[in-house]
Amino acid sequence: MPVPPSHILVFSLLLFAVGVLGVLTRRNAIVILMSIELMMNSANINFIMFGQRLHAMSGQVFSIFTIAVAAGEVAVGLAIVLALFRNRDTIHVDEVHIMKG
Amino acid sequence: MAFLGWLFMIPLFPAAGFAINGLLGGRVLPRKAVGYVACGAVLLSFLVSLGAVLGLGGAAQLPAAPGLTVDADAHRVTQVLGSWMPMGRSASGEEMSVDWAFALDPLSAVMLLVVTGVGFLIHVYSTGYMAHEPPPAHARFFAYLNLFMAMMLTLVLGASLPVVFVGWEGVGLCSYLLIGFYYDRMFDEKTRMSCADAGRKAFITNRIGDVGFVLGMLTLFWATGTLDIQGILAKVGGLPTGVCTAAALLLFVGACGKSAQIPLYVWLPDAMAGPTPVSALIHAATMVTAGVYVTCRMAPLYLHAPGAMLTVAIVGALTALFAASIALVQTDIKKVLAYSTVSQLGYMMLAAGVGAFSAAAFHLMTHAFFKALLFLGAGSVIHALSGEQDIRKMGGLDKHVPWTHHTFVIATLAIAGIFPLSGFFSKDEILWAAFNRSPILWLIGAVTAGMTAFYMWRLYILVFRGEERFSEEARHHLHESPRSMTVPLAVLAVLAAIGGFVGIPGAIAWTDGMADRFGRYLAPVFEAGGAAHGHEAVHATGLEIGLMAVSLLIAVSGLLLGWIFYERRPEMPALLAGRLRGLYRLLAEKYYVDELYGKIVLAPYYALCRGAFLFDKWAVDGVVNAAGYVTLATSYISVGFDTYVVDGLVNLAGYTVRGFSWMFRKVQTGFVQSYATAMIFGIFVLVSVYLLSTGH
Repeated sequence: MPVPPSHILVFSLLLFAVGVLGVLTRRNAIVILMSIELMMNSANINFIMFGQRLHAMSGQVFSIFTIAVAAGEVAVGLAIVLALFRNRDTIHVDEVHIMKG
Repeated sequence: MAFLGWLFMIPLFPAAGFAINGLLGGRVLPRKAVGYVACGAVLLSFLVSLGAVLGLGGAAQLPAAPGLTVDADAHRVTQVLGSWMPMGRSASGEEMSVDWAFALDPLSAVMLLVVTGVGFLIHVYSTGYMAHEPPPAHARFFAYLNLFMAMMLTLVLGASLPVVFVGWEGVGLCSYLLIGFYYDRMFDEKTRMSCADAGRKAFITNRIGDVGFVLGMLTLFWATGTLDIQGILAKVGGLPTGVCTAAALLLFVGACGKSAQIPLYVWLPDAMAGPTPVSALIHAATMVTAGVYVTCRMAPLYLHAPGAMLTVAIVGALTALFAASIALVQTDIKKVLAYSTVSQLGYMMLAAGVGAFSAAAFHLMTHAFFKALLFLGAGSVIHALSGEQDIRKMGGLDKHVPWTHHTFVIATLAIAGIFPLSGFFSKDEILWAAFNRSPILWLIGAVTAGMTAFYMWRLYILVFRGEERFSEEARHHLHESPRSMTVPLAVLAVLAAIGGFVGIPGAIAWTDGMADRFGRYLAPVFEAGGAAHGHEAVHATGLEIGLMAVSLLIAVSGLLLGWIFYERRPEMPALLAGRLRGLYRLLAEKYYVDELYGKIVLAPYYALCRGAFLFDKWAVDGVVNAAGYVTLATSYISVGFDTYVVDGLVNLAGYTVRGFSWMFRKVQTGFVQSYATAMIFGIFVLVSVYLLSTGH
């Protein structure tokens, strides 16, 4: 008996919510990046779920794309964090507000 | 004849002398050269004048030479040098213009010879008198003197009133310059008048007369349409008497100023501030006679204005008497002579006023001789006494300065009118003419003659006779003047002695050929112009000889009285002055005329000036200041409006922008997480709105 889609949707919703909370509340830039990964993965779950339900391969293909793009994005994000750390001796985002108006 | 063509050069020689001495003298030219240039220029003038006058004797027979117009009837030669003021055509189609023209006729010939001749002698005298001046002042003196000669000769020769007026003003200028020659010295301690003040006084007083002269000139131009003297005189016959009287009186105002008549005589006594040769040349012999000369020149005009004639005669007679009475008690040697000059000028005016124009010219000439001699003699005395001018500090000089003494005696007797010296003839001619007009005028003239004899003999005795009252220091420097001064004295003495023989009255002439040669020489001038030879109309030989005897008697008694008062009984004058204290004060203070003028003319004038000043200060400046204040106030308002309203609006816009910016800046925290929060909140809101609006 397959898992009903509503369960999966609720799960992915919760996962997304955790990611959002992580992005909004955590100070460590790396944790924020990780939270972003969580949100992406919740989206991936939705893709796969709907792909299976609709008998379409494109859901899984999109997930693969997303994972690839996420890998690139993390590479860039970590490079920024590294540069930040070199310049500021910190990766806490609340200490970095040079763009304050 | 040749010399007549050189007429224009007569004033040019002294003008050239003025230019040379004025530009080069004192710096380049040595002292001697300055003297030679000045005297040489005048000598050349004199020689050319002499040639011209001799040539004029035959002018009537000679044809007109190029540039010369000969009027045989009037015995006149006119030389036109060029047009000065062309004025187009008059309404009646006549060409109107003023030419630079010189005219020589017997009247100007007499003036010409007197001015250049006496002028030359005084120039020579001045080289001695001014020898101790520093070089710049020395050169300045001779330059001015030459300029004066040039101007005087222009005046004498001028054929039209404007040319005469150029000379008239020119001599006034030179008079001013020379009176104020010692401009840094005090002239009158009592009234704190400096020599420069005296010059100014002369200049301004003359200015009053000059206004009259100009107005007279304009009246004549208005009435006759010409300014040429002969052109005017030819037309006066057709003019109404009123116009003639007005013009004649206006010209006489000018003559009053120049010839020091009442009421404008006040400058002449103060003109004695100038060096003595100047007093002799300008203020005795030549310039002051210019008024008499112009009156004689315009004789036909005066003859058409009986009222003006009478005025001239009365003013002349009163001036003669008035000035002579002041001269009685003056103590400054030059002041005595100055008042004497005023008095003698009054005589000349009297002569002109009674129609005896040739007698006026005759007296003008003889007066030039003996008064120049008196002044030069006085200068020699002053020179000898190292500058002393007070006759109370002189006396007994006859032994020390014999040349001066002898020539002075001749001049004194000449002015007193002792037969047969020159003054006798000219004065007698005037008295005779005055008697024919009115015995009262004769009486005034006769009394004046007596006074003249008295004060001149008083002057002579106080200066040359009696005990020596001068200081020891003056005695130390006491010396007879150098040859350059005594020779002119001697020449003038000869002229003063025999100058009268040219005008022996017919009544006592031995032959008809000798009788009144002077009058006959001048006759063409006055006859051609329509002027009758006034005093020739009446001939009563016996009466004339009788009057002559009376006037001679008066003159002798004047001298005798002077002798008694000052030589025989020297205590008498003080006694009399004590007895008639009031009269003496009145005379010594010159009738308080200067004070009177100060009160009635100067004081109101100064008050007017002060009023004008206050008006200027308060009214005119007030309006200007008020305009300024109004502008200032407007500016303040404008500034306030600009600052608070215009700038306020601009600033308000700025502040508004800044206020909003301030608010929006707060949003820009720089924290990425706050942005993300806002974004998510926003998405939440948008999604909520979408869901709610679509009804799901």
